[in-house]
Amino acid sequence: MNHRTRSILSFLGIVASLAVVWEAYKWMGQTTGGTWPSTSVRLPVRTNNRSMPHLWDIAQSLFQPARRGGEDILLVILLRAGWFTFRSAVGGFVVGSAFGFGLGILFVRSSVAERGLMPYVVASQTVPVIALAPILVIWGGKLGLPQAVQVAVIAAYLAFFPVAINTLRGLRSPAATATELLRSYAASPSQQLWKLQVPAALPYLFPALKIAATASIIGAIVGELPAGLSRGLGRAILGFASSFSSAPEKLFASVAVSALVGILFVGLVALVERSVVPATRRVTVDAERPLA
Amino acid sequence: MTSTISLDNVSMVFGSGIDAVKALESIDLDVQPGEFVSLIGPSGCGKSTMLRVIGDLISPSAGTPQVNGKSPHQARLDRDYGMVFQSATLLDWRTVLENVALPLEIMGIDRPERDAVGRKMLELVQLDGFASHYPWQLSGGMQQRVSIARALSFQPSILLMDEPFGALDEMTRERMQMELLRIWEETETTVLFVTHSIAEAVFLSTRVIVMSPRPGRIVDRIDVDLPQPRGFDTREHQRFFELITRVREALRAIEDEPA
Repeated sequence: MNHRTRSILSFLGIVASLAVVWEAYKWMGQTTGGTWPSTSVRLPVRTNNRSMPHLWDIAQSLFQPARRGGEDILLVILLRAGWFTFRSAVGGFVVGSAFGFGLGILFVRSSVAERGLMPYVVASQTVPVIALAPILVIWGGKLGLPQAVQVAVIAAYLAFFPVAINTLRGLRSPAATATELLRSYAASPSQQLWKLQVPAALPYLFPALKIAATASIIGAIVGELPAGLSRGLGRAILGFASSFSSAPEKLFASVAVSALVGILFVGLVALVERSVVPATRRVTVDAERPLA
Repeated sequence: MTSTISLDNVSMVFGSGIDAVKALESIDLDVQPGEFVSLIGPSGCGKSTMLRVIGDLISPSAGTPQVNGKSPHQARLDRDYGMVFQSATLLDWRTVLENVALPLEIMGIDRPERDAVGRKMLELVQLDGFASHYPWQLSGGMQQRVSIARALSFQPSILLMDEPFGALDEMTRERMQMELLRIWEETETTVLFVTHSIAEAVFLSTRVIVMSPRPGRIVDRIDVDLPQPRGFDTREHQRFFELITRVREALRAIEDEPA
């Protein structure tokens, strides 16, 4: 069995075991009346169909019309919303990553800029995007930016940070002797950057780009709400959340589709990584993950 | 004739106040074209510092270093040095050939020419078959040979080597020493070689400079009058053992000095 089939099988295995755990927990709660077996200790999550719909009910809801008398099934509606959100997220990802990469280069070139700006870069990520999004939307509206662009800006705001941090770290990763070597060839600063530092930074950059991909999806979903966009996943999730008590499976289904969009995006980045960074050079990097 | 390297009363102090460390004190040294000079001494004697002053990786606190009659800075800009460190320091995203040709690429030489020169250099270090390998596919000794080929690719007049064979096993080390001597003869490069090994210094050099630590000073200069070219027999030469003893005694004298 080669590496690829093994990883696909183990992925499917994990999905299957999670499904078994979900249904087993549900079955246990239903049997005992909501307590751990042979005790009176209550289970942390209620197991009725409203709190935890059966997985097949969630799956089934994807193939039924979302609204009574509606034409499209839920899956089509969610995929359409997912595609809409994905496009804003990609826009934000590209802009944010480019900005973060540029910031990393600026910081490695100028310690004055790093010392002066880094606190604000860090502080920017402690402002909850829920608070910031309306402000950006109002400013964007004043500037006459289309709503989708406003959403992309919010996505970029979350995406740039991990890229900036890891770019800086990667640009600093070459050994002192490698830097001295280029110095002994009388390499210019830009040759140092493009022939040594940037190639050395690539293994650090891609883990950050994967984080930026998921962060930009979150940014786009959250950003759609104040921007008043009704066609994306953000509005869909909010809508199904408000009808949670009558149709919980639809909210779970929309969460599943959102996750799917995120996984696909990260997968795309991984695909690019595979062609750019050989396996022998890939490093695992722990980067800070911004909270939406 | 101008010396290839000349140091006139060069001193180097790291830090200041009570934390100041005198790494080099009043160093005078002249190296003539084509010489092979080894610097030997205990850790902290400033031999690497001296190499770094000459290579313009650091500036001395006092004194005048000159390289080919110029300041080290100008000599570096003129690409008068090739450097080899203890670690091969190959760029792992580049093939062996691309690593060897890196200095040429930085000089702006176009691809066909730098590939041709790179291949010739790989022949010189007997790695012809490995042009498109990646560094991680090579053994430590082969990696160091690539790093020597890279240092020679732009035909610098001086090779600055900082314990280049320090991380290699004894057998590889002896083979590399033979190869370095062959390359030195073929290219007529001036070599400044930092080492911890007495036998290595004597076997390779035309002159051995013995240094003492705290502060780093030159305590002895020993001319190595072993016949050229050196080879397998050199290590069994009576004079080889005498010279080794000479260097060892110079180093012992440092230890006996009151600190």
